[in-house]
Parts: sequence; structure tokens; C-alpha cells
Amino acid sequence: MSRAVKNIFATTLGIIAVGSIIGVLAGFLQQAGNPANMAICVACFGRDIAGAIGFHRAAVVQYMRPEILGFVLGSFAAALAFKEFKPSGGSAPATRFVLGMIAMIGALVFLGCPWRVVLRLAGGDGNALIGLAGLVAGVWIGTLFFKNGYNLGRSQVQSWSAGLMLPLIMAGLLALRLIFPPVDGETQSGVLWYSLSGPGAAFAPLGFALAAGLGIGFLAQRSRFCTMGAIRDIILFRQMYLMYGFIALLVAAFITNLALGQFNPGFEGQPVAHTMWFWNFMGMVTAGLAFALAGGCPGRQLFMSGEGNADAGVFVLGLLAGAALSHNFGLASSPAGIGPHGMAAVIIGMAVLLFIGAANCKRS
Amino acid sequence: MARKQIDARGFSCPQPVLLATQAMNTTEGKELEVLVDNEASLENVGRAAQSNGWTITASEEVGQDYKLVLSK
Repeated sequence: MSRAVKNIFATTLGIIAVGSIIGVLAGFLQQAGNPANMAICVACFGRDIAGAIGFHRAAVVQYMRPEILGFVLGSFAAALAFKEFKPSGGSAPATRFVLGMIAMIGALVFLGCPWRVVLRLAGGDGNALIGLAGLVAGVWIGTLFFKNGYNLGRSQVQSWSAGLMLPLIMAGLLALRLIFPPVDGETQSGVLWYSLSGPGAAFAPLGFALAAGLGIGFLAQRSRFCTMGAIRDIILFRQMYLMYGFIALLVAAFITNLALGQFNPGFEGQPVAHTMWFWNFMGMVTAGLAFALAGGCPGRQLFMSGEGNADAGVFVLGLLAGAALSHNFGLASSPAGIGPHGMAAVIIGMAVLLFIGAANCKRS
Repeated sequence: MARKQIDARGFSCPQPVLLATQAMNTTEGKELEVLVDNEASLENVGRAAQSNGWTITASEEVGQDYKLVLSK
């Protein structure tokens, strides 16, 4: 255990600390301007980035979120600092791209990733309980596949350049954000799109958002923080390690929200949420299963892509494509309810996931 | 003592822990050598060993990879 013990963030106290820091930062990011009960949602912010570069034209969700860029770059810095940058890839890239797309589609039916499930709960949104139940159900289905030999095959060692692709893409997007900052009253600044209203128009100051993203990326890489993994490891192994981080995030965000006056319990009229409980549930079943089959929640996929894992990078690109599809095809929900084609998207998405799961079971 | 080997390189979580657990469950009275290629897997297999009461008799770097030796 000598190597494992050296990494203090990969201890129980370490991951509790990391979860707590993320929860507190989420509360303060919300206070500083990020959308309520969203604060640092990986799926929502990925959707905003897709909008910022014109992948979709939903006018209320377009902003180049520095937090997400920071996640990858912070993880990249940690991986370099601790000699864990190991370029690898080649494990069913097309399948991982599709998993990313479906994960985002499911998340946008619920309106949030597992991180936002926690943050919505911490903000008092009762609908998030349904989302949490859906997430657990989706991950549980995924564990059934794992017990039957599911895997997407081994990744291979790749060149440094392959491992650098996602960090470079994020650095490029950060450069665009710096070169083309938002302009008051303008929907475009250079090549980037910006929202004038809605969640895309709610953002924390650049410096705070980027510093928070870099810090979280660094710490999460060291601790292996993963919200989907927290549920999966309990079901598969009765292992609590990741769950301590998940709970710490919830408790810290809840306390921070209470302290900042951001806790508003209820089901109706919650920020960027709807009350169609069945589709909240099914959206997160779909997302949870996709995350399980891909091996990590969207945050973890970002952190792994910072470590040089090109397979995780392909999943992240799939998330962006899924966000574009969701808003271009009317799949995404809004506070008014699910999109016109949201039901079809969930049903088709689940069918594809079950096919992927069954087709990749390799009983020894 | 005979030693069984598991090569979990190229797999990310939860595969290395699943492979190690399956192998330990069918490895009566023998040692199990688990080869992984990333620290997260090394840590996860180590945690699985602790929670299952297995003994970690060795943990070492082998080039770019890591080797854990487990026994019941």
C-alpha cells in the first residue's frame, strides 16, 4: 500500500475534504452569480459551452463556462505534478462518444448531472429526490452488466500528443473566452455566443470561476472524486470511499446555502427545474446507466481526460454533441416541462444503452 | 506458494477490482498478483483488499505499471 498511502487526498479524510470544498465553492459560486441550484453542474455547464461555440442556438444557455475548462486544466496540472499523466485510449471510442451523447440527453431531460442532483437537494429542490432515485436505478442497472462481464475492452498506451488533446482543447476554449469576453447587451462577442437572459446569463466573475474550476480539478484528480462511482461502489463492493465525498458535497453545500440564505425547500417553482416526476426519474435512469457503462460521472470524465485518458476525452466530446442534439431537436427540458421529443429521446436512449450493455458482456 | 496472476492493465474502474475480487474468490490458499497501470486502480484494489480482509504482501512499481500481491 505504500503508493496509495502517499496520496493523502485518496484517504477517507481526503475525499471528505475534497467533497466539502466543492460544496462550499458551489454555494459561493452561486452567490457570486452562477445559476441557483446549478452553481457548478457539469452537464448544464457543458451545455452552455456547446451553446457558446454555436453547436446549438438556445439563446438562454450560451456561455463559455470557465469552471469546466478549469476542471480539465486543474486535473492536467495535478497529473503532471504527481507523474500521473499517462496518455491512453482506444477502448471503444465510438461507443464512448455515444454514451456521452445519451448521458447528456438524459441529464438534460432531468435538468442536471449527478453533481446537480446533489446541489438541487442542497438548495431545497424536492424534485431532486426523484432524480437521485433515478440515478441510483440507472447505476444499479449498470452494475448488473458489470456482474455479467461488461467491459469496453482495454485501452492502449498512446502518444503524449493524444493525451494532450482535451487539455489543449480546453486551453483553446479558455483563450477564446479571454479574447472574446461578454459584451453588455450583445449576443455575440467575436466567435462566441452569449445569453442575455436565463441561466446562460448568470455567471460568476471570470477569475473566481476559473480559480474554482482549477482548484476542484486539481483536488478531484488526486482524490478520484466521482459521484456515479460513489453509488456503483456501494452496490458492487459495499465500498464507501467515494460515497464519503458525495455526502460531504451534499452536507457542505447545504450548510453553505443555509448560511448564505440560498436554501428554499419545495417542489414547485424551483430554479431551472420541472415537476414531471416520471421524466425526472427516467432522465436520470438514462444518464446514470450511461455514466455507469462509461465508467464515471461527467466530472470524473473531465478529470480523467486531464490525466491523458483519450477515452474519457471522447466521452466529453460526446457530452457536447449530446447537448447540441438536445437543444437542436427539442429533447431538453425547461422549467415548463420536458421538451417535445424528450420522451422519445429517453426511450431510444435507454434502448441503445441496453444494447451497448448486452453487446459488451464477455463472460469468462 | 503458487501465485495466480491478473493483468488488469488498460482497464479503468471498476474492472481491476472486479477482476481481483473474482480471482480471490477462486484462489484458495494461493497468492494473487494484480498488475494495474494507473494509481487510481492501485488504490481501489488496495481498498478492496482492506475491506475484504485480504493481506497485501507486496506493492511495487514495475516500470510504468504497479503490482499488488494479495493473499487471504
